[in-house]
Amino acid sequence: MIVFIIKRFLAAIPTLLILITVSFFLMRLAPGNPFSSDHSIPAEVLANINAKYHLDEPILTQYFYYLGGLLQGDLGPSFRYKDFSINELMAQSFPVSAEIGIWSFLVALLIGVGCGVIAALKQNSGIDHAVMAFANLGMVLPNFVLAPLCILLFSIYLNWLPSGGWNDGAWPYLIMPVIAMSTSYIAQIARITRGSMIETMHANFIRTARAKGLPMSHIIFRHALRPALLPVVSYLGPVFVAIVTGSVIVDVYFSTGGIGQHFINGALNRDYSMVMGVTILIGTLTILFNAIVDILYAVIDPKIRY
Amino acid sequence: MVIRNSILTGALLSLTLATTTHLHAATVPAGVKLAEKQEIIRGGGSEPATLDPQKIEGTPGSLRARDLFEGLYNLNGDGDLIPGVAKSYTANDDNTIYTFNLRDNAKWSNGDKVTAHDFVYGFQRAVDPATASPYAWFIEIPSITNASDIIAGKKPASSLGVKALDDYTFEVTLERPVPYFVKMTAHQTMFPAPKKVIEKFGSDWIKPGNIVSNGAYKMDEWVVNEKMVFTRNTHYWNDAETIINKVTILPIESPAVELTRFQAGEMDVSYELPNDRFKQLKRDIPDEVIITPYLGTYYYQFNTTKAPYDDVRVRKALSYAIDRDVITKFVTGVGEIPAYSFTPEIVNGFNPATPDYATWTQAERIKKAQQLMTEAGYGKNNPLKFNLLYNTNENHKKIAIAIAAMWKKNLGVEVKLENQEWKTYLENKKAQNFEVARAGWIGDYNEASTMLDLLTSSHGNNDGKYSNPKYDALLNKAKTMQDPSANYNQAEAIAIQQDMAVAPIYQYVNKRLVKSYVGGYQPNPEDNIYTRDMYIIAH
Repeated sequence: MIVFIIKRFLAAIPTLLILITVSFFLMRLAPGNPFSSDHSIPAEVLANINAKYHLDEPILTQYFYYLGGLLQGDLGPSFRYKDFSINELMAQSFPVSAEIGIWSFLVALLIGVGCGVIAALKQNSGIDHAVMAFANLGMVLPNFVLAPLCILLFSIYLNWLPSGGWNDGAWPYLIMPVIAMSTSYIAQIARITRGSMIETMHANFIRTARAKGLPMSHIIFRHALRPALLPVVSYLGPVFVAIVTGSVIVDVYFSTGGIGQHFINGALNRDYSMVMGVTILIGTLTILFNAIVDILYAVIDPKIRY
Repeated sequence: MVIRNSILTGALLSLTLATTTHLHAATVPAGVKLAEKQEIIRGGGSEPATLDPQKIEGTPGSLRARDLFEGLYNLNGDGDLIPGVAKSYTANDDNTIYTFNLRDNAKWSNGDKVTAHDFVYGFQRAVDPATASPYAWFIEIPSITNASDIIAGKKPASSLGVKALDDYTFEVTLERPVPYFVKMTAHQTMFPAPKKVIEKFGSDWIKPGNIVSNGAYKMDEWVVNEKMVFTRNTHYWNDAETIINKVTILPIESPAVELTRFQAGEMDVSYELPNDRFKQLKRDIPDEVIITPYLGTYYYQFNTTKAPYDDVRVRKALSYAIDRDVITKFVTGVGEIPAYSFTPEIVNGFNPATPDYATWTQAERIKKAQQLMTEAGYGKNNPLKFNLLYNTNENHKKIAIAIAAMWKKNLGVEVKLENQEWKTYLENKKAQNFEVARAGWIGDYNEASTMLDLLTSSHGNNDGKYSNPKYDALLNKAKTMQDPSANYNQAEAIAIQQDMAVAPIYQYVNKRLVKSYVGGYQPNPEDNIYTRDMYIIAH
């Protein structure tokens, strides 16, 4: 197992390097540059700015310059927010997205698995249909519809919750972003859990357990849930990464100051180092959580050993 | 009008002392009861790239800088000069040396005095290549001595034509007389800079905890993409007349999101309002919808380097066939004014003469357009076809669809709409990689040259590459004229009536939601809104 983990992490290095290289050069291919604006800047002024950010050097030099900084943990200066480095901006925005993300993930997981299990056990009953109807609704209701709906209901009509802001993650500011972020995942997880649970409940070993007269709760929690959760676990790895690296919709509607908005604005403003920074973060987390999922697999499924 | 002319002329007539008793401060009318809690939440547009006055570009940055910092002069709602750190100024005989007398009670938020040395440092760092300010050109425009050479790296920043004669006397030398120079000092590029603090913290000086400011407010908090919080700078020289204690500025780009904040009671003054909700808002909360003229023009640009857009007949035909009343009434519909000239009517000290085609009926314009198109060799059997370029945006799209339909219906022109993401659009326009493109321009200062210069052949934003030596000469001469109106009118007549360099469509408006309990909100053409003028009425 330890050898497996070490191997996985060593393999991550070239993957990340390829990701960085491809993103670096792709980003530079986009038309325009960080400093093009509708107010034309005189050539001398532009030259001074380019020199300050090393943009006047050959692209390969810029690349190695960037890699050099990266090795020292420096993600470079932001081209958009001129008073900030990417490290500072990430330190400010990632915890926000991570907090919303972790809460959304927990909510999605608990409610999703709970709903899925109940629907599976009461297959084709009214409860099953109700849960699945909710799941389908959650899937067709994108968060850019859900977010303004929540604001309309909870902030404007009921006046219960603040319509936006973060205030260091005080809970009234957290509720709507978590609803907007988790709903579609609840739906997905419920559907996957339901399908997998139904399949498991029809498996021979469950039939045997039932024939032996084991209590239902014992059968569900001791025998059925573990194998039924396998497909959910493999779904959760990438979901966790997507959920903690923020959503531009949530950031824009609720002005949370999370990382999702930085990513989109970074691309639109040609803030090369911001796009690179977020890409590296997402890349690293993806590799990390895929590895964690593989390890979890081994824990849950005795057939798998590394 | 009389007052603004007197001040402008004063600057030109040499050795005239410009003073006024009017100051920027909140003036509460008698009988108005103030709220106990004097706090305001303002929409701030997008998050500014920086708050460093010498580096700010874009209106969201200026909006915040006006609360934090103050320059020599400010501008009021009519575009008139209001003393800031300077109490008065004098100019020499040929208007090339300006001497500003600074008040001795102006202070930074750390209690240090604001002196002429802070202005010298501020002006110098704006042009210093080491600062790499995108607005360095703003010091070049009034031709401050050596500004161009310093930007080009040929001379040191210390050679700039600015001097502190003593702590409270600041002198600026220009290479040639520029009548509107004093007005430009209201712009943040010419604000003072706290040398000690900047040298201590480097580019981090602007962050909370480090920053010192000389305006009515100081910064307490800055969470990128969430908020900025300012509180009273008790050292501000006119703090006694400031009423609002705390300003929160929310960086919200989407007018729809701003509206939800406003409706939820979490915003008092918005940055914008969503066009598609305008009618409903005007019906439901008419007193809180504030629409005022804005110093800018929305227009279509022709690429005059490409045939047939080098043919004035084609340009005129396309421009005449646009029904501006339909666009402003039914497409934009927020009170925009149809534009037939390039300079908006609201500009200070100049009323553009009405071009002939503005006086025709739309039917007459269309008839003339059809005739011109036929003369240029286009007709039913040989329709003109082109791509209309605009940056991706719902409003630009609606306008493009409407105008393309007008062209199709009246001239048989076949237009393909082409939308591009902002930076790509800018790049293609700069490279003359377009035929006809949407464009817009908001003035940097309230004087007609801020618009008209755009069509001179050497201007960096003249993407259509319109060029007429007569036009260039008129504007060049206007720069040193006491009253340049005549030249501006001739320039307008050449660029629009005669050459139709661009097709003006409408004059911009500022559209904003302001709670009825906010007093002292003073809209103006340049959108210079100061929180220190405002107050919250008991509600």
